[in-house]
Amino acid sequence: MIAYIVRRLLILPLVLFGVTVFIFGIFSLLDPVMRASLYVRDVPKTADALQRIIEKYGLDDPIHIQYWRWINQVVRGNFGWSKTAQRPVLQAIGHYLPASLELALWAMVPVILGGIVLGILSALHHNRPLDHTTRVFALIGWSFPSYVYGLLLLMVFYATLRWFPPGRISDWVTREVIVGTFRQYTGMYTLDAILNLRPDVFADALRHLIMPVLTLSYIQWALLLRVTRSSMLETLRQEYVMTARAKGLKEWVVVYKHATRNALIPVVTMGGLLLIGLLNGVVITETVFNYPGLGQWAARAATTFDMLSVLGFSLFGSTLLVFGNLAVDVLYAVIDPRIRLE
Amino acid sequence: MKTIKQLLRNPLSLTGFVLLLFFAGVAIAAPWLAPPARAWEPYRIIQCGFSPTPAPPGDPNPFRAIAKVVTGQATLCQVHPFGTTGEGQYDIYYGVVWGTRTAFQVGLIITGACVLIGVVVGSIAAYFGRWVGEIVMRITDVFMAFPFLVAAMTIAAVLQPKIGRGLVTAMIALIVFGWMTYSRLIRGDILAVKERDYVQAARAAGAGHLRIILRHILPNAIFPTLVLASMDIGSYVISFAALSFLGLGAEIGYADWGQMLSFARNWIARLNEYWWIIFYPGMAILLFVLAWNLVGDALRDVLDPRLRGRITV
Repeated sequence: MIAYIVRRLLILPLVLFGVTVFIFGIFSLLDPVMRASLYVRDVPKTADALQRIIEKYGLDDPIHIQYWRWINQVVRGNFGWSKTAQRPVLQAIGHYLPASLELALWAMVPVILGGIVLGILSALHHNRPLDHTTRVFALIGWSFPSYVYGLLLLMVFYATLRWFPPGRISDWVTREVIVGTFRQYTGMYTLDAILNLRPDVFADALRHLIMPVLTLSYIQWALLLRVTRSSMLETLRQEYVMTARAKGLKEWVVVYKHATRNALIPVVTMGGLLLIGLLNGVVITETVFNYPGLGQWAARAATTFDMLSVLGFSLFGSTLLVFGNLAVDVLYAVIDPRIRLE
Repeated sequence: MKTIKQLLRNPLSLTGFVLLLFFAGVAIAAPWLAPPARAWEPYRIIQCGFSPTPAPPGDPNPFRAIAKVVTGQATLCQVHPFGTTGEGQYDIYYGVVWGTRTAFQVGLIITGACVLIGVVVGSIAAYFGRWVGEIVMRITDVFMAFPFLVAAMTIAAVLQPKIGRGLVTAMIALIVFGWMTYSRLIRGDILAVKERDYVQAARAAGAGHLRIILRHILPNAIFPTLVLASMDIGSYVISFAALSFLGLGAEIGYADWGQMLSFARNWIARLNEYWWIIFYPGMAILLFVLAWNLVGDALRDVLDPRLRGRITV
């Protein structure tokens, strides 16, 4: 057990090193002139301005020297200046993170309810109407691009019914935050509203969250539903479940005490995929709903050649994923003793 | 033969095949269904006028409008069967029809390239000893440490100023981060096949590495990878259209569904009036992806039950 975790931890720096090499490699595909232009805030006044920047920052040096210089800065938290956010990249990530985190946390509600609960139910109702319905929905959900789905939601619930607006909060909440008594503790409006005892702000934030949460979560729950269902079906066919039934245990004890616990073990491994889905989904969802979070920031940066922001976001996302996968593997080893033997 | 019968008996996979045949028909017949205005650049969507707001479909019955266009009674700009996009006044019907060709190209090229890279990398890792295999798989791990779309977005953003915005940029970006699942899958299958007697026999008979891999190992190990690839075509089409939607794929005015959907972003407050901007391209991409997924699922169930329940993203 300990050996397994240690081995896993030893690989971690290697993978992170690979990730930084890769990101820097992508970056150095650009000519020195293009990279120099990222460091210019105003239009250069003299013709040799870019050349001087190239010399000053050593953008023509051998690649390993440049990488060393760059990684030294990155380790100190200096990722450069984000033109899109008009602040340093690390600060920009800190600024946009609460919005995306709030979105992702709320998205977990339908993912777990829709994915796991429906997955178990449709396995229990194997080949009956409930099973077929959820499977068809999962299949369609699987084929539904999130941007089409999001735009359809906007068409129905915003353009037609005017129930749920795009964006993150209404103007009056913004005013309240800037000049009023509303204090921001976490940057997540739903949580801050509870801490401030402001149900009206909570309702407003939630109203803005509903459509993005639906968009971000449905692919994830379609995925989780398929895994939970097939894992549960397999478990229900195991001999120990048959034994439990044969010795006369009540059906719900068999299902929830014996089968579900084991059936959910493979579901834990989906944690990594779930994280990938959230990181990818946040880019699309926030762009569709004009929701000011990390994803929208990165997407805007990518289309306006704000490379330092894009690379910063990429590095942030992959680091998060590396640690997320580590957590999933460790958790898997903890709950399933059979894994440790391998 | 038995396989095909099995596939056609299942209503879901039958639906998938019919849809795919329909799309293939549209792609082949594109020059007749939507005659290009400039024959030398058919993928440039026809533009009709300069009005800033989207024009509605010219006929409440889109089929009648299409019939008029096909028979030459009216030009696309007179009837625009699916309406136009607003700024640019791109004809949506034209874009949807020619976008079918783009979707086939994109899906097949990306999947093909990913499988090719994956098979080469996976074979090297599996065939040539422990050390090579270990190093290659650790490099694969680094590629897998990136969230797919975020990584593709990064590559596309870097390539755009170098080789310009377009299909190639986005396809390269998706291929760079798309091959890893195949290399892992085929590596496992090759490791299983590698020690079989007939491979040992070939080796004893003095066959070279390349011959052993190509003639003896791959034909017996590649099947699951191909099935998996057929299931992934749909999701590559979605990812490509997502890049286009974000402004990192096909250039503005190119016949690509994702690029056309991005026009809808300018009208989100009035999508109930201008529903056709999202309805037609959105339906096209949904049905196209659904068709591939249905066929891929059915192929998997029939050809390789081992993969059943396996989830790929």
